Amino acid sequence: MKKLHGPFLLIVGACAVLVVSGCKKSGEGGGGSNGGGAIKVGEFASLTGKEATFGTSSHEGTQLAIEEINAAGGVLGKKLELLTEDDLSKAGEPATVVNKLISRDGVVAILGEVASSRSLEAAPICQQNKIPMISPSSTNPKVTETGDYIFRVCFIDPFQGTVMANFATKTLKAKKVAIFTDVKSDYSKGLAKYFKEGFTKPGGQITAELDFNGGDKDFKAQLTAIKGSNPDAVFVPGYYTDVALICIQAKQLGLDVPLFGGDGWESDQLVKIGGKDVEGDYFSTHYAPDVATDKVKGFVAAYQKRFQGKTPDAMAALGYDSAMLLADAIKRAGSTDGAKVRDALAATKDFDAVTGKITIDAKRDATKSAVILQVQGGKFKYLETVNP
Amino acid sequence: MDWFFQQLINGLALGSIYALIALGYTMVYGVLRFINFAHSDVLMLGAFAAFFLAPAVAHLFPLPSYAGAILVTLLAAGICAALGILIELMAYRPLRNRPKLTVLITAIGVSLFIEYTCQHKAVFKAETRPFPNLLAQHDFRLAGLAVNSNDLVVPIVTVLLLAGLWFVVQKTKIGTAMRAVSFNHQAAALMGVSINRVISFTFGLGSALAAIAGILYALKAPGIEPLMGVQPGLRAFIAAVLGGIGNLPGAALGGLVLGLLETYAGGMPAISNYRDGIAFAILILILLFKPAGLLGKAQVEKV
Amino acid sequence: MKRSGARRWLLLALIAAFVVSYLSSYFNRYYLGIVIDCGINIILAVSLNLINGHTGQFSLGHAGFMAVGGYTAASITLALSKQLTSMAAVPALFVFALLVGGLMAALVGLAVGVPSLRLKGDYLAIVTLGFGEIIRVVFQNMESVGAASGLKGIPGYTNLFWAWGLAAVTVFVVASLVNSTYGRGFIAVHDDEVAASAMGINPTRYKVTAFVIGAFFSGVAGGLYAHHKQFLSPTGFDFLKSIDIVVMVILGGMGRTVGVILAAIILTLLPEFLRAFADYRMIIYSLLIIGLMMARPQGLFTFGRKTVAVK
Repeated sequence: MKKLHGPFLLIVGACAVLVVSGCKKSGEGGGGSNGGGAIKVGEFASLTGKEATFGTSSHEGTQLAIEEINAAGGVLGKKLELLTEDDLSKAGEPATVVNKLISRDGVVAILGEVASSRSLEAAPICQQNKIPMISPSSTNPKVTETGDYIFRVCFIDPFQGTVMANFATKTLKAKKVAIFTDVKSDYSKGLAKYFKEGFTKPGGQITAELDFNGGDKDFKAQLTAIKGSNPDAVFVPGYYTDVALICIQAKQLGLDVPLFGGDGWESDQLVKIGGKDVEGDYFSTHYAPDVATDKVKGFVAAYQKRFQGKTPDAMAALGYDSAMLLADAIKRAGSTDGAKVRDALAATKDFDAVTGKITIDAKRDATKSAVILQVQGGKFKYLETVNP
Repeated sequence: MDWFFQQLINGLALGSIYALIALGYTMVYGVLRFINFAHSDVLMLGAFAAFFLAPAVAHLFPLPSYAGAILVTLLAAGICAALGILIELMAYRPLRNRPKLTVLITAIGVSLFIEYTCQHKAVFKAETRPFPNLLAQHDFRLAGLAVNSNDLVVPIVTVLLLAGLWFVVQKTKIGTAMRAVSFNHQAAALMGVSINRVISFTFGLGSALAAIAGILYALKAPGIEPLMGVQPGLRAFIAAVLGGIGNLPGAALGGLVLGLLETYAGGMPAISNYRDGIAFAILILILLFKPAGLLGKAQVEKV
Repeated sequence: MKRSGARRWLLLALIAAFVVSYLSSYFNRYYLGIVIDCGINIILAVSLNLINGHTGQFSLGHAGFMAVGGYTAASITLALSKQLTSMAAVPALFVFALLVGGLMAALVGLAVGVPSLRLKGDYLAIVTLGFGEIIRVVFQNMESVGAASGLKGIPGYTNLFWAWGLAAVTVFVVASLVNSTYGRGFIAVHDDEVAASAMGINPTRYKVTAFVIGAFFSGVAGGLYAHHKQFLSPTGFDFLKSIDIVVMVILGGMGRTVGVILAAIILTLLPEFLRAFADYRMIIYSLLIIGLMMARPQGLFTFGRKTVAVK
């Protein structure tokens, strides 16, 4: 019947048309080496959507770094051109945008992402195309396990989990801890797992383990169960939007023990939303703006000048460091060739970054210290540094 | 036992909010026979309206205070009522005589439109903002249980609004008109009821309720963002169906039941992961075994 | 006569897809990816069209079937790919994985379809939405497929031949089915269930069949998707993904196969072209939905004879 010819004609025809149009562009793409002109660097971040604040922060840090590098003359005599793509905080997008950056725009390297799940999605693509990828702040160990072209400039969750476990045992003197995990975030789940290992090994006891969904607004049901288990402290390895609400509701229920967590807590929104209910709570993170080194002070001042007085958070600092490290590696490699840049990155030792001295280890993770901050008087007060 | 009663309080507080939102859904469905997907977004708009109004109102009545809170809520409800009427006028009225599915899809489109426009950086942006403290919060200890003043305010407000709504629907002229339209809108039109006016009123009222619910919700969880209405909206809709869609006391009952079930399940470590799924499972079970809901009457389909 | 005509076209389409795929290494990887996405979306749209368009059952949970198919197929390939002895075995493994994925999805479709049958219109829509969400929550908590972190490292077996070849097969099966004598029953159920049952057509049987077949192909599409993106995450199969597919069916005109295919292609390409306006993308999308419903609810591509109206 005539009806069936239509669909097939369409399929055959559309196939041909689309492919022919794709054919024309096959000249570009591939290695990404550029002739004269700028060195193209790709970045993918969650500029809109659920984790928009993280993506915007890290993007601003990266942007600042690129601008500073270009102002100082660029790398290997050429300016750096930053091509940024928004992944909408959505699964499935990173794969598409990273493919576009590599194949269509011909970038020499990829910077991104903050969220481990989205880094995990993009990493195999960069690895297959032999394009170095540097994640500013994905802490799940699986990211760099993808392949030898994938790096990160932050510490990983096994380290962070142990840091907080030791903090709980030694500083908080807690013998029993409850864990409240964001079941939608593999960052949260990974961190919870490593904390539990680090805490139970020297004999600590986990009184309760409960889950919430990132984005929930009501946690009283789970918090009541946690309270009933009588912990000395509660570990909440989540993101600041949820943590703030959790702290408020915990206090309302009379759960007066300290709450503590990881770098997902770090944002000025934590205090704005949580108010007095986050006072006295602790978290670990990559850097503190009030650490008194010249490098940090210079970065904070430059960032505030560029971005209307905003104070940079850890994502911004790491975004900055990832770009700086990339530029340094290209300089050391003497070329933009993927393999050479990769080798230069792998050989990084004591790179002077805002978030500390970065040495890339054999697993392509950064060996770095963590800092522990406490909320005091509505501000984050630096407590201690923990070295690896 | 402590645990049981504490969760009871938590569940009732949560359930009251679901009930309040469900009232709006059920009213619109009763009169128009369609699910207004955008209801959950009006909730969000109410909370944002309050967010922006609070500093201005604070000049008149310093916040937190009862007077200030009531003024902000009334203003926000008014704005949302107007918005609701506008949405109906522009998006649903042109489709009045079209098949139900067309309107349903349009409602989905409106909901997405509001959500994504508000997420745009020129509007509210996607970030979470701290909701202003409208009402002083006190924590009580009642026989060892923790009760927050909010936990009392919400159910009281819900009951008051439910009573008010009941009065409007049963005793006033416009309420009678609403009921007439919900039974048979053609007959109602023949009897001289202005369908357009009734529908606009219903939408306005429903949106005002959503705005109040949004503010109460934000008081409880003071982080507002453009997608904040999605989850509570979905739960409230399920609550409305659970209670019997089109039935006002049913919506309230459904809200409470759902709130309690979710709270008890959420407090149990084994099931707490599946909290999201519980609400939907309840929905499916109800629709399979008692589609009219707990308090509804079975609709006989005439062939 | 009509059957052999259709079969000839199917063969032609398959050969064309194979040839183009063979040459695919010359093409730009990014564009190739988009073309493959088009193929996958065609399968999704045409399979949903069978349920929504032809049979008139409004399903809002199609992404759930896709998830079942995707996770099943990926689990199989991940488990067995290391044991392959030769490259030639890859297609066999892939087809096997896709088939099993599709069958699992079909089973779930059966489970969803049977209870949902008594419901109409909005109720059915909400129940299917609920089922879709439940499936997502289940995968989000299943540690064996990575739970919330997702399943990574899926081998990239999908290429242009598979995507478009299977799209051609889907179109062939669905279109042949609907155009057959048996298939007229779908349209009868859509138009007037009571009259259909009075004529001796069992609406229950047709509705379930539609769900099961639609779910099967959605599962296959899910498998293709998994081996294309090489990464699966439960959040990617939420309500919004189901809406994406629904919009394709509506845009194309519920029940018009040609229109639906065109719509699937356009709606895959459009976001890519709109990438420059990325922040406005979803706003434009939602306005598109509203505008369509107001101005042309029968879809954009309904020209020619019978318009299957939305009931």
